[in-house]
Amino acid sequence: MTEQQATVSADLEPPGTTSAPSAEAPIVVEDVTMAFGDFVVQRGLNFTVKRGDVFIIMGGSGCGKSTVMRALIGMQAPAEGRVWFEGQNLWEIDETARQLLLQRCGVVFQSGGIWSSMTLAENIGLTLGEYTDLKPKEILEVARLKLALVGLAGFEDYYPSEISGGMQRRAGVARALALDPEILFFDEPSAGLDPISSRRLDELILELRDSLGATIIVVTHELASIFTIASNSVVLDPDTKTQIATGDPKWLREHSDNRAVREFLNRGEET
Amino acid sequence: MAAMSAEAATLPAERLELERVRDGLVLKLKGAWRLTEGVASPQGLFERDELAAKPDRLKVDASALAAWDSALIVFLLDLKKGCDGAGIPLDLSGLPDGARRLVDLALAVPEREGARRSDRIAGFVETLGREVQGALKSAGEMLEFLGESLIALARAATGRARFRMSDMYLVLQECGPGALPIATLISFLVGVILGFVGLVQLAQFGADIFVANLVAVAMVREMGGMMVGIIMAGRTGAAFAAQLGTMNVNDEIAAFRTVGIPPVEFLVLPRMLALIFAIPLLTIYANVVGMLGGSAVTIALSDVSLLQYYTQTVGSVDLVDWASGLFKATIYGVIIAISGCLRGMQCKKSAAAVGDAATSAVVTAIVLIIVAEAVLTVIYQVLGI
Ligand SMILES: Nc1ncnc2c1ncn2[C@@H]1O[C@H](COP(=O)(O)OP(=O)(O)OP(=O)(O)O)[C@@H](O)[C@H]1O
Ligand SMILES: [Mg+2]
Repeated sequence: MTEQQATVSADLEPPGTTSAPSAEAPIVVEDVTMAFGDFVVQRGLNFTVKRGDVFIIMGGSGCGKSTVMRALIGMQAPAEGRVWFEGQNLWEIDETARQLLLQRCGVVFQSGGIWSSMTLAENIGLTLGEYTDLKPKEILEVARLKLALVGLAGFEDYYPSEISGGMQRRAGVARALALDPEILFFDEPSAGLDPISSRRLDELILELRDSLGATIIVVTHELASIFTIASNSVVLDPDTKTQIATGDPKWLREHSDNRAVREFLNRGEET
Repeated sequence: MAAMSAEAATLPAERLELERVRDGLVLKLKGAWRLTEGVASPQGLFERDELAAKPDRLKVDASALAAWDSALIVFLLDLKKGCDGAGIPLDLSGLPDGARRLVDLALAVPEREGARRSDRIAGFVETLGREVQGALKSAGEMLEFLGESLIALARAATGRARFRMSDMYLVLQECGPGALPIATLISFLVGVILGFVGLVQLAQFGADIFVANLVAVAMVREMGGMMVGIIMAGRTGAAFAAQLGTMNVNDEIAAFRTVGIPPVEFLVLPRMLALIFAIPLLTIYANVVGMLGGSAVTIALSDVSLLQYYTQTVGSVDLVDWASGLFKATIYGVIIAISGCLRGMQCKKSAAAVGDAATSAVVTAIVLIIVAEAVLTVIYQVLGI
């Protein structure tokens, strides 16, 4: 175990390692290629998400951020490479074991993904009922709490269609929090939100990390968010179809030796 | 470039002019270059001797340009492409500021390799091959989905499936009582048609009374279930596809997967169960209404009385007939639920795709219902039912 710990302390896994990295890093991505059939979206990805990180996956629109995230949340197998999730190879273990791992994470989708046929309380309660032995009344209590955490106290009985887009996004966060996840994924949390709401969401993300001790992975290209919340990041490039930098974005902005990275972080997207 | 047509290649001489200068060529643009005047192609230019001789540079002069819009930009982009291909440096500094900026903007992001879809027209054999491949793949997916759904159904039977009863009641409400008016109308008319056709033929032999047998057997064994199936495919199958399609567009189905709730259990099962309950009941109802339709024509057009017709009907179909008809109808219910839900879950992420999913669900369901009807009829025949 100590040997493995030593390998993980480096920011990048040496390619080709097949032994499990230590559980100190909840997520280690190793030589991953994501593709749709023959169409390669990203290749040669190597990065490590450490516990307590707010880790940003960034890059221009369409470069494959969401696709890479799908490999981390068990929704799309990588064409090549390995994803280590809490020390286990996410795509080699069987379905049941994978499900068990994924129960420890919460996902907030790019378009909310909140279940439209259920009230907000039912949205949150469904997974609780699924994985705990709580009574309906207790489930409702927990759902209330989660909604209050995201500033939606009192909206338990609303259907998603009855609240605004920003509120739906926050309801999505509340649902992702249902099982007190150790790892939280956000796909473009602030897309389509006004600056104040998106600022609040950023604060909420930091708050969640500090209060729950969660590790947070955010897909985004909003520079304001990136500099507020990030402690580590990977930059994906649409042209070379691979990662062009890893590290703290604030540091990368000044010191990256890659011009595209500095440009992205200083001026935003060049699309 | 090769696709450029012959008439586009001829450039109106009054709108541009080539002039030889000391360090190359000047292309002088004159008059108005607007979409209303059509989009000119520079193809013809490259066939002229001045350009074929590879000048050191080609400068665009816009001093005589009266007006311009996108038509000019399209021309310039083509010109740029042609010049790059021929290795002639193109100097656009003489253009109006706005035009130059638009050209730069259009060239800023290079075309992504492989992004452009080929506009080549596939040959007959290729199209046929693709269609066959597509059909095979689709049949495979259908079977796989059927398997998953049946496993879910088995889990439901042992009480281990995860879905909300309230969802099922909601669907049941919508596809049961909600379908009564149209089921009444259609099956009554089918009964009338059967009765009328039968009466015209049987009256020739003085066998009017046997119309009752014909209508009863046809409705109970075949037509009742099939009509209900087709109605439900159009009403409910399409609705299922649209519901699940929209859920897919909004990442709701992905969200089920990430929390470890199989969408097949949570979304497909309540719909399938609701149809399995609703369709046989609707079929019984449709059969009775169809017989009423048949009796209405017979009584109106012949000497048979209502009581005679009733007695004859009761004697003509037995429990086996009813059971075999209802079994078929139940199968149609499964088919409708499966095709609706499958097409919904396969839906791509756009509004148009939801519409396509609904259409495709109805077509798939109706085709499969007819196929199932044929297969089951043969099986019944063999088994002597
Ligand atoms: N289902 C699919 N089938 C084929 N190609 C796809 C599919 N989904 C996405 N792609 C392709 O994969 C690439 C990456 O898509 P992805 O959604 O991961 O981008 P993204 O970085 O999240 O973009 P955005 O910032 O706009 O959300 C795109 O170029 C897209 O064309
Ligand atoms: Mg995305």
